[in-house]
Amino acid sequence: MLAGARTLYHKEVLRFWKVSFQTVGAPVLTAVLYLLIFGHVLEDHVKVYDQVGYTSFLIPGLVMMSVLQNSFANSSSSLIQSKITGNLVFLLVAPLSHWAWFVAYVGASVTRGLVVGSGVLAVTVWFAPPGMAQPLWALVFAVLGAALMGSLGLIAGLWAEKFDQMAAFQNFIVMPMTFLAGVFYSIHSLPAFWQKASHLNPFFYMIDGFRHGFFGVSDVSPWISLAVVGSSLVVVSAITLRLLASGYKLRS
Amino acid sequence: MNPAIHFQRVSKTYRGARGTFQALTDVSFDIQPGEFFGLLGPNGAGKTTLISILAGLARATEGHVTVMGHDVVADYAAARKSLGIVPQELVFDPFFSVRESLRIQSGYFGVKGNDAWIDELLAGLGLADKANANMRQLSGGMKRRVLVAQALVHRPPVIVLDEPTAGVDVELRQTLWSFIARLNKEGHTVLLTTHYLEEAEALCGRIAMLKQGRVVALERTSALLAGTASTMLRFKTDDALPADLAAQARVTGRIAQIKAQDAGHVKALLARLRAAGVRVEDLEIGRADLEDVFLDIMQGRSASVVPVAPIAPGSAVEVA
Repeated sequence: MLAGARTLYHKEVLRFWKVSFQTVGAPVLTAVLYLLIFGHVLEDHVKVYDQVGYTSFLIPGLVMMSVLQNSFANSSSSLIQSKITGNLVFLLVAPLSHWAWFVAYVGASVTRGLVVGSGVLAVTVWFAPPGMAQPLWALVFAVLGAALMGSLGLIAGLWAEKFDQMAAFQNFIVMPMTFLAGVFYSIHSLPAFWQKASHLNPFFYMIDGFRHGFFGVSDVSPWISLAVVGSSLVVVSAITLRLLASGYKLRS
Repeated sequence: MNPAIHFQRVSKTYRGARGTFQALTDVSFDIQPGEFFGLLGPNGAGKTTLISILAGLARATEGHVTVMGHDVVADYAAARKSLGIVPQELVFDPFFSVRESLRIQSGYFGVKGNDAWIDELLAGLGLADKANANMRQLSGGMKRRVLVAQALVHRPPVIVLDEPTAGVDVELRQTLWSFIARLNKEGHTVLLTTHYLEEAEALCGRIAMLKQGRVVALERTSALLAGTASTMLRFKTDDALPADLAAQARVTGRIAQIKAQDAGHVKALLARLRAAGVRVEDLEIGRADLEDVFLDIMQGRSASVVPVAPIAPGSAVEVA
């Protein structure tokens, strides 16, 4: 099983790496554009934490947004493409357990998320170095967030039967939840109602916890964020494993 | 010794919004190790469903299937390692080259360092010069060869080919069959579904026929052929056949084929044609083939020949 899972992981990484211009280069460019536009326009107008300029504040948010969106995109797009083109049959006839599928797909998603996130950080850090107060927190939230999104991408890939269903999942769920999770602002700058609403969004804890690794301060305690993200990962992973074991939309 | 493949009372019902569809009903038969076995039936008979259940792509509603003694559900890993499936659809992964695709497939089965066997497969299937080509660059026939190589990359003892020669040229068919025949001689069990009945007749030692999800024939190929009328009258004509002959003839364009039991029956048929004013060209008298058996069984006809009116003794048989 280990060799099979390792091969599937390797194949999934190779798949995005062969088109890295699109899967790594494009999201890095998008993040830089966000930074240039929002950073330039809002630098002197938005106050976040003491001693932290807006552009510096924005960088970890953009890095984590890229990690989350690309982790989701990797597993979901790979699975839906294989389903629609029919080459998923090569995997379905192989002696791989549902655990092997899960570990390989989610592992590759985490890899892509971290590669893109590192790329965004490497390019944006020169604009306004955000510092790295507690790097372990940043790493923990990047890995857990990417795993959560990779797992969610698997669910979406299993569920969707058409590309437009997948696009709907991405555009109407993943994109709004990441944008409204405090990438571009601190939730303390929001009205009370929206502050409370933000606390219901698990994406907020991923970004806030990740940002804590850079500045040592955050909107909520990183331990609370860890509990929310960790338990969300357990729940989503359990659902994904259950769907894979049952052959949901894979085996008729 | 365990059979290579064992189908035990397999039924499959698809339930959907548009109602239920019974794809297979109580299918039971065994395929022994080393056999070259044919699974025949018209479109929609349930062949691909049965193979999908064997491969783990679908689950039987009832019944059990084993491969080399391993249950395809309870012991799926061992069952799938024993099985190499060539799917019907021409599918490929556009991200990879031929060699990469084969290495990946090999890795899924836990077989590492398999390049010597991969090279042998590439050479045997005429793919050696395409090893580093991207799958997208290959013609349909070449993609089909890669599918065969992918099915064999983990050296399975049982090989399943689901209509492998559909839409491929003569050269590939010959390459493919000589390769598969060699593997069968080396001891591999082969299960073949095909619409080319001459292939099944030439290659398969035993045949099962499916009709509407049920097994309607299960015999040695030679016994199936022996069980039908052994003589076939073939000719070309531009004229309409009389109704009594039209009912028992198989007509393809200008070519008509009518079964006959013996020489006397042939004479009677020719006399009937002459009496009806049918002009006959390129007359041949040959053996009935598997296609005749297949059509008999699928159309629910008995293998015996429908009698025609006897000719008067001493009548000459003349052919226009």
